Amino acid sequence: MGLRSIFGGDNLVTTKLDQAIGWARKYSLFPYPFVTACCGMEYMAVSSAHYDLDRFGAAFPRFSPRQADMLMCVGTISQKIAPILRRVYDQMCEPKYVVAFGVCTCTGGFYDDYSTVIGIDTIMPVDVYIPGCPPRPETVIQGLMLLQEKIQNQKHEY
Amino acid sequence: MPRNIFKTLQQKFSDFILEAYTYRDDAIVVVDRNAIYDICKFLRDDSRMKFDLLMDLAGVDYLGRDPRFEVVYTLYSLKNNNRLRIKVPIDERNPQIQTVSTLWKIADWYEREVWDMYGIRFKGHPDLRRILMYDEFKGHPLRKDYPITKRQPLITAEYTNNSTITPTVELSNKAMDEYVSEEDGLKVKHMFLNMGPSHPAMHGVIKIILELDGERVVSADVGIGYLHRSFEKHSESIYYNGVFPYTDRLNYVSPLINNVGYALTVEKLLDIEVTERCKYIRIIMSEISRIADHLTCIGAMAMELGAMTAFIYFMQAREAMYQLIEEVTGARITISYVRVGGVKADLPERYEKRVGEQLKKVRAEIKQVHKLLTRNRIFVDRVQGVGVVSKEDAISFSFTGPLLRASGVDYDVRKQFPYSNYDKIDFEIPIGKNGDVYDRYLIRMEEMEQSCLIIEQAFEKMPKGAIMVDFEGQEIPAEKMADLGKFGQTKNLLHQVAVTDPTLLGSNKPYHDMVYAPDKRVSLPSKEKTYGSIEGLMNHFMLIMDGYGIRPPRGEAYFAVEGANGELGFYIVSDGTDKAHRVRCRPPCFAFVAGFGKMIEGAQVADIVPAFGSINMIAGELDR
Ligand code: SF4
Repeated sequence: MGLRSIFGGDNLVTTKLDQAIGWARKYSLFPYPFVTACCGMEYMAVSSAHYDLDRFGAAFPRFSPRQADMLMCVGTISQKIAPILRRVYDQMCEPKYVVAFGVCTCTGGFYDDYSTVIGIDTIMPVDVYIPGCPPRPETVIQGLMLLQEKIQNQKHEY
Repeated sequence: MPRNIFKTLQQKFSDFILEAYTYRDDAIVVVDRNAIYDICKFLRDDSRMKFDLLMDLAGVDYLGRDPRFEVVYTLYSLKNNNRLRIKVPIDERNPQIQTVSTLWKIADWYEREVWDMYGIRFKGHPDLRRILMYDEFKGHPLRKDYPITKRQPLITAEYTNNSTITPTVELSNKAMDEYVSEEDGLKVKHMFLNMGPSHPAMHGVIKIILELDGERVVSADVGIGYLHRSFEKHSESIYYNGVFPYTDRLNYVSPLINNVGYALTVEKLLDIEVTERCKYIRIIMSEISRIADHLTCIGAMAMELGAMTAFIYFMQAREAMYQLIEEVTGARITISYVRVGGVKADLPERYEKRVGEQLKKVRAEIKQVHKLLTRNRIFVDRVQGVGVVSKEDAISFSFTGPLLRASGVDYDVRKQFPYSNYDKIDFEIPIGKNGDVYDRYLIRMEEMEQSCLIIEQAFEKMPKGAIMVDFEGQEIPAEKMADLGKFGQTKNLLHQVAVTDPTLLGSNKPYHDMVYAPDKRVSLPSKEKTYGSIEGLMNHFMLIMDGYGIRPPRGEAYFAVEGANGELGFYIVSDGTDKAHRVRCRPPCFAFVAGFGKMIEGAQVADIVPAFGSINMIAGELDR
């Protein structure tokens, strides 16, 4: 919160700066695909040529949490893998965003049993929920656009 | 044939054979647990028996019965092409049985699963620990007295709110530990390296702990269970047709084959046969799925080796397959299309032509990828001679499908145990000889071409459906028909035709009879009959109401289909109610992953990636 306090709170300079940073950030999302299950098939479909996530600046997957800023959580999260997912989240640098891809990650969805987690928001904060079992590629693209909107309208730290 | 087996066994092990019978053409022997090892050894080694594959090993819990548990072995003989099921009752007070892991390598993992799920101990097992659940888990989840929703979370609320505290669980990381051993008088430093579960080539759900000597893999311990979703427990707590959505998510790359496999097993239990047209529809949809599956497997493997172009081409082709599937089922992946006794609905109009167009596209893409990869030096160098599995190992690990065929064994369920009219179709099974990644690649490429041929033949042979029938009678919208029926104005409704899309559930009379077996015990009546006649209504009622529904007689059946990865078997025990007592799925890639450690022993670290890509591990069916 350095610059913001120097400029004295929300004034013209900081809001414009927020907008500029938001604009820059929303088009350079580096996803970390945490793909476990069936939703991964649709993740493959959206990220390859036919639906082309590249148009939104979010296609280049980084397989190191340190380099990624968007955690795409795709597929059922079981109790066994939950600590690992949480560790990946903890390793990511700020600013970071989390996308819950598919109902399994939103609410546990279809699987209500001893081995699954009831939605990843029980283990970490989530920015965008994309429902569907699995969500159609179009839904994913819409979810991504919502995230971009959120980033654009956010206050940023600088 | 079963009689000979029974006779020989009874002569040799007379004191230990409790029962021997056949049910729905399955040969079953119930044996005493003290003799299980000897009997299995005899069955495997005897020259007349030669049951060389342990197809499946599962536990069953009959709560309230004494003895409470049962361990079920499904054996298969390549020589005689027959199956044998051995059942061993085990009492609750002392749940123990001799291990067979020295006879078949795959038994090691199967037995760990039974221990994990049922708490049955295997005496003499080298390493009996949990496989699907985590070590902290208490209890055995598939036991009937374990409630399905009883969770034992590893991450507590405290941890979620405060990320500075360290996790209470140790992630069993042996990572980067070094240890020194002596080899030929020299001190050797081995390094342990964790590969996965969050590793791009491990598809997110496999952990391999590698013991490395420089770049060379000395040993590997593969850990699974990260996507365990308790398919089996769910299937046992829901009515028969309700299981289809769960089967979709087993092998989610080719869900239609799982659907078909499950439906055929229940049909075997019920002893019913579906209509001709339905059989061909099942073939067509299965083969479309198989193509999609192989495309994904090869595409992903190529991508992991750096051949991004091949991946993009194949995803494009898979998109064409998904469109075809969507036209019939209304969904791309989780389709739930098949029903016990039929399929949900008929094919849409002019489907054959659409399929022809899309197959042309797929063939073109396959040709492209052949040009890109098959003789590409870089690709061939990385896959030839890599991940070799000998014929003996492949059999001992119960490999099936493309991996077994790559090792030179001719086994394909579609040929050996033809189902759904596969015997009326002319196709070939490609066989490899080296058992390496390259052979598996070639086999999958060829199988796609064969699948295209099967689809074309099936369309030719398929009896023409309702689409061609010119039916008479007045048409009224289905929802209006439902309203009329509710008010009791059923006069003439029977002779009218409900207007629904042929691809919608409960489609109208002319389509309906083509794709549903005429058996009233399993098939929902068409809309006209439901709303227009009391028999139809009663029939509908009996199938839909809780506690009624499809109720196969007491008994059990094992049925297998050729999944994209190999033998996909279901073993269902019915207790006469509308819910199965036990549903066991024999996932083909469980065997591959069990054998994976062996496959990469002695290889370089870089070889792990193509080898792993070639086994086409699908977590949904691996962990279920
Ligand atoms: S949301 Fe549906 S498709 Fe996605 S992982 Fe869960 S079950 Fe599979």
